[in-house]
Amino acid sequence: MNRMLAIAWKEMIQARRDRLTMGMMVGLPIIQLLLFGYAINTDVRNIATVIYDQDHSAESRGFVRRMEATGFYDVVGHVDGYEQIGVALRSREAMVALVVPPRFGAEVEAGRTAQLQLVVDGSDPQVVASATDTAMSLASARSSVLSIERLQRLGQPAAMPSQVITVEPATWYNPDLRTPVFIVPGLVGVILTMTLVMFTAMAIARERERGTLEQLIVSPIRSAELTVGKLLPYIGVGYLQMSLVLGVGSWVFDVPIVGSLGLLYLLSVFFIAASLAVGLLFSTLAKTQQQAMQMSFFFLLPNILLSGFMFPWEAMPAPARWLSTILPLTHYLRVIRGIVLKGASLEDLRAELIWLAGLTLFLIIAVSLRFQKKLD
Amino acid sequence: MEDPVVAEGLSRNFGKLVAVSDVSFRVHRGEIFGLLGPNGAGKSTTLRMLCGILDPSGGRATVVCFDVAKEPEQVKQNIGYMTQRFSLYEDLTVEENLHFYAGIYGLGRRERRTRVPEELDRAGLRERRAQLSGTLSGGWKQRLALVCATIHQPPLLFLDEPTAGVDPVSRREFWAHIHRIASAGTTVIVTTHYMDEAERCHRLAFIFRGTLLDIGTPAEVIERRNIRVGVVSTSDVAVAIDLLTPHPAIDEIAPFGDRLRLATLGGVDPVALAHEVLGAGPGVGDAREIVPNVEDAFVAMVHSEARNGDGS
Repeated sequence: MNRMLAIAWKEMIQARRDRLTMGMMVGLPIIQLLLFGYAINTDVRNIATVIYDQDHSAESRGFVRRMEATGFYDVVGHVDGYEQIGVALRSREAMVALVVPPRFGAEVEAGRTAQLQLVVDGSDPQVVASATDTAMSLASARSSVLSIERLQRLGQPAAMPSQVITVEPATWYNPDLRTPVFIVPGLVGVILTMTLVMFTAMAIARERERGTLEQLIVSPIRSAELTVGKLLPYIGVGYLQMSLVLGVGSWVFDVPIVGSLGLLYLLSVFFIAASLAVGLLFSTLAKTQQQAMQMSFFFLLPNILLSGFMFPWEAMPAPARWLSTILPLTHYLRVIRGIVLKGASLEDLRAELIWLAGLTLFLIIAVSLRFQKKLD
Repeated sequence: MEDPVVAEGLSRNFGKLVAVSDVSFRVHRGEIFGLLGPNGAGKSTTLRMLCGILDPSGGRATVVCFDVAKEPEQVKQNIGYMTQRFSLYEDLTVEENLHFYAGIYGLGRRERRTRVPEELDRAGLRERRAQLSGTLSGGWKQRLALVCATIHQPPLLFLDEPTAGVDPVSRREFWAHIHRIASAGTTVIVTTHYMDEAERCHRLAFIFRGTLLDIGTPAEVIERRNIRVGVVSTSDVAVAIDLLTPHPAIDEIAPFGDRLRLATLGGVDPVALAHEVLGAGPGVGDAREIVPNVEDAFVAMVHSEARNGDGS
C-alpha cells in the first residue's frame, strides 16, 4: 500500500511540474466540451443560396422571400444561367441554387403545376437532405395556401392539381451522396495536417533532446538552410501521402477525380508549407518530443472538428467559424474538394488561395522570428 | 598577431541567476587553455558565449577577431565545437555522421570524398565506419565526435567536458590527440572538472560560482595558493580527522583508505603538524610531504573563497 502510494505521489508531483501536461489535463476536457457542445451542430442554417430567376414575377419573388424567412437559406446573390450556378457552387460562394423557370408565376396563376428546381452541392451530403426537404415543405405549404385562395375565389373546388408548386431537387457533384466521396479528399488534408505538423515538431525537438541541435547551431549553417533542409524531405512525404490517399480512394472507394490533378498538386504546396510551418513553430516552443507531440495533438482537434471535415461548417455558430478561418485546413479542404469533386479552376478557388497563402506567409514569418540560432 | 580569444568582463544572467560574472581572459595561439571549475560554475555558459550561440548579458569577447555578439556567424565559421554529449546522430553510421558534418561545414562533394576516409584512417575508425554510432563505446564516440568537430580544420577548437563518461585509457589517448592538434597550431579551449586533465593544459582559468578566481599555468596557480601537502597514515582515520579539523593551519583533510591527505596554509609543515596533533591519539605511521597538485590548489581556492564569502 505504501509502495503504491509512493508511486502515486511521485506521479502527481511530476504531472504538476510539467506545465504543459497539466494544461492539457485541465484544458482538453474544457476545449472538447466547447467544441463538441457548442461548435458542433448538425442543424444546418444560413446556407448560402443563389437565385436564378427566369420569371421575375410576384410569385417567384414571394417564394424567395419565404425561403429566406425560414432562416435556412441565405440568399447571397442572383445569377443568370446554369453556368453561373456552377461558378457559384465551385467557388463555394453558394451551396444551393434555386432555379425559377420562365412563366412560373403565370402557370401558378392559371392553376397548373409549376416546377422549381433546387440545385444542391452534393460534395457535402449532410447539407443536401435538409436543403431539399426545407424547400419541398415550403412548396407544399404555398400550394395549400394557393388552393385555399382559389377555393374561396371560385367558391367551388376547381380542376387543379393537388400541389401547384413542386420542387425538383438536382444534386450536382456526388449525385449519389456517397460519404466516401465527401470524406476521402478531406482525409488527405487531415492526414497531411496530422503527419506534417507532428513530424516537423518532433524532428527538431528530437535534435534538441539529443543535443545535436546545439552542434548544428554552432556550425556556420544558416537558419534558412537548416529549416528548409529539414523540411524538404517532409514535403516529399506530404506528396506521397496525398497520392496514396487519393489513389486508394479512387481505386477502392470509387472517388471520382473530376478536376485537374496538376492544379491540386501545385496548390497543395501552400498547405504543406503551412502545416510544416506550424510544426516548426511548435518545435521552437517544445523542449521535448513529448511536448511536441502533445502540442500537435492539441492542434489537430480543432482542425478535425471545425474545418468542415466531419461536421458542416455552415451549421457552426459564428465564433467557431471565425476560429476555423485561421486554420489552414479549412481552406485546403475547400480547395481539394473543389478540385477533386467539382472540377474547380484556379479562378474558382481564388478566395481560398488568398487565405491559404496569407496564412502560410504569416506562419513562416512567425517561425523565422522564433527560430534563432541561439540557445535560449 | 591578435590572440584568438579575448574575453573582457564577460557576464551572463539567466533571469535572476548570475551564471557568469565579469570574466576576462586571453588565450594565445596554439595553446591548450583549460576552464576549470565544479559543475554549474559557469564553464559551459562561458564557452557557449564564446561560440556565439549565447548572447552575453554584459562585457564583450572577440574570437578570431570577430565579436561574438555582433558577428556570431563569422565566429562559427572559424571554430570547432564538441559538446559533453558528443552530439552524434546515433542512428547514423560513423561514416554518415562524418559526411553529414563535413556537409554542414560546407565542404564540397569532392573534398568530402577525400577528407572523410582520410580522417577515418587517422582516428582509427576505418573498420568501424559502417557501424551505427549509437552502438560505439564511450571512447570511440568521443573520438568520432572530435573528428566531426574538426573536419573543417578550424583554427580554434572548443571542447566542453570532452571526456565525461570515457574510460581512463581512452582519456589518455584523447589528450595525446589534443596535444598533437595544438602543436599543429590549433588553439584549444577545454572545460573540465577532472583535475588530472587540468594539469595537461598549458594554462588554466579557475571558475567558481560564475567568477574567475585565478588564471595561469598549473604551476603558477598551485604556487600562488601557498599550501603544503602531506600524506599521513594513522591507526584511526575518523578520530584523526576529528582531531585535526579544528587546527587553524589545516586547509583540507581528505581520507584515502587508511591514510590522510593533509593540506596546510601559511607554510606550516604538514608532517610535523600531524605528529604534533596525532602523537598522543591514534598516532602517526608512515608520513611524508608531497608536491601539491591542481586539485589541492583548487580546493584551497574554494575554501578561501568560502571564508571570504562568510566574512562579508
